[in-house]
Amino acid sequence: MPVDYLKETPSQTGGPYVHIGCLPAFAGLNLRTQEKLHVLAGGGVPGERIRIEGVVYDGSGHPLRDVMLELWQADSTGAYNAPGFRGWGRVGADAETGLWAFETIRPGATPWVDGRPQAPHCSLLLFARGINIHLHTRIYFDDRADANAADPALLSIELVHRRQTLIAARQAGDGIPTFRFDVHLQGARETVFFDC
Amino acid sequence: MSDKENLGEFTRRDRAWHPPAYTPQYKTSVLRSPGKALVSLRQSIGERTGPVFGHGDLDPLDNDLIRNYITTGEEAIGERIIVHGRVVDEMGRPVRNTLVEVWQANAGGRYRHRNDRYLAPLDPNFGGCGRCVTDEDGRYFFRTIKPGPYPWMNHNSDWRPSHIHFSLFGNAFAQRLVTQMYFEGDPLIPLCPIIGTIPDKAAVDRLVAKLDMNEMVPFDSLVYRFDLVLRGRRSTFFENRPEGN
Ligand SMILES: [Fe+3]
Repeated sequence: MPVDYLKETPSQTGGPYVHIGCLPAFAGLNLRTQEKLHVLAGGGVPGERIRIEGVVYDGSGHPLRDVMLELWQADSTGAYNAPGFRGWGRVGADAETGLWAFETIRPGATPWVDGRPQAPHCSLLLFARGINIHLHTRIYFDDRADANAADPALLSIELVHRRQTLIAARQAGDGIPTFRFDVHLQGARETVFFDC
Repeated sequence: MSDKENLGEFTRRDRAWHPPAYTPQYKTSVLRSPGKALVSLRQSIGERTGPVFGHGDLDPLDNDLIRNYITTGEEAIGERIIVHGRVVDEMGRPVRNTLVEVWQANAGGRYRHRNDRYLAPLDPNFGGCGRCVTDEDGRYFFRTIKPGPYPWMNHNSDWRPSHIHFSLFGNAFAQRLVTQMYFEGDPLIPLCPIIGTIPDKAAVDRLVAKLDMNEMVPFDSLVYRFDLVLRGRRSTFFENRPEGN
């Protein structure tokens, strides 16, 4: 018999009212109304200012208007939990359109398990009604094509055409660079979700 | 070595123990479940670390849902309870200084959320939002009122048993967990399609808080005990170096 360990507490959906506990002002509560968890980097944080936005689509192509997303990333030098930059953000999709956006800085390269560099990326978690256990994906940037082509995590995705689902597209226009990252829960364009 | 310095990998998540993504008895999951297999990913630094929250992030009343949304001078209406427990990892080690967020309906089963239209009234003095940080032994507690069951549209009118939603961070993104706590003896538990997404009865039992009469506060509150387990961090005996990609 293998060694016995405790079992992880089983997951349950965050449900339609996940905002009450996680983004109370968004739910309509008069609590923490000044909190802006979708803004990861204030003015003093070094690095290139970027915006990441998108919509999460269900299997019928409809936007998820009740999804909550969490972002986790390194600072511009590739350090996690660096002083002055927590690197964590949380946002609720717009209740009408399903659009969500983070304001942050471009992350630096971080080491893979064997020390090789990973392309700059953010980790993204999704929580919503109908999602029994949160989904975990990554956001890469299409203007870092060379780094992406050598990224060990992207290369570990066996179906080559699916790697593209993790690459956010830089939008035309002035102002801070904006990257579009739509998530498809099902279908031909289904986003890669990780078990890790 | 502290938890922060040990950046060992986490144990594999037992996906057969958690609810699967596609659970047609919970209808919303049908269009929101990935159709393809999850892609296995080695845990690198971003999965082995996570955001750190401290007591400085909390307000003094954050763990007192009876009093943290008072608007008319009265405390929240309902059966007064304290919920407490320990957060440990799969090896039984305490998960220290980790953020625990909770949310729930009021005593009538109504959420204070712009999308909840249930006919039960809102309680002007109850918000349903709380949070706390575990101590050095992994312990947490908060005070609230027992939430009421509520009906929802699924198989026509299904009923959710009384429950409190929990969100935990652990010390790494790989430990992130969102779940729900139920109450011992609730006859709605075996009827609930959302609880029914969990395949193993033993796993369901892990979500049921037990009445803790030894800790009840005389002439004030009943107490429920709810322990949680997060994924365990493995020892770093030898770092392996896989070839290629
Ligand atoms: Fe609920």
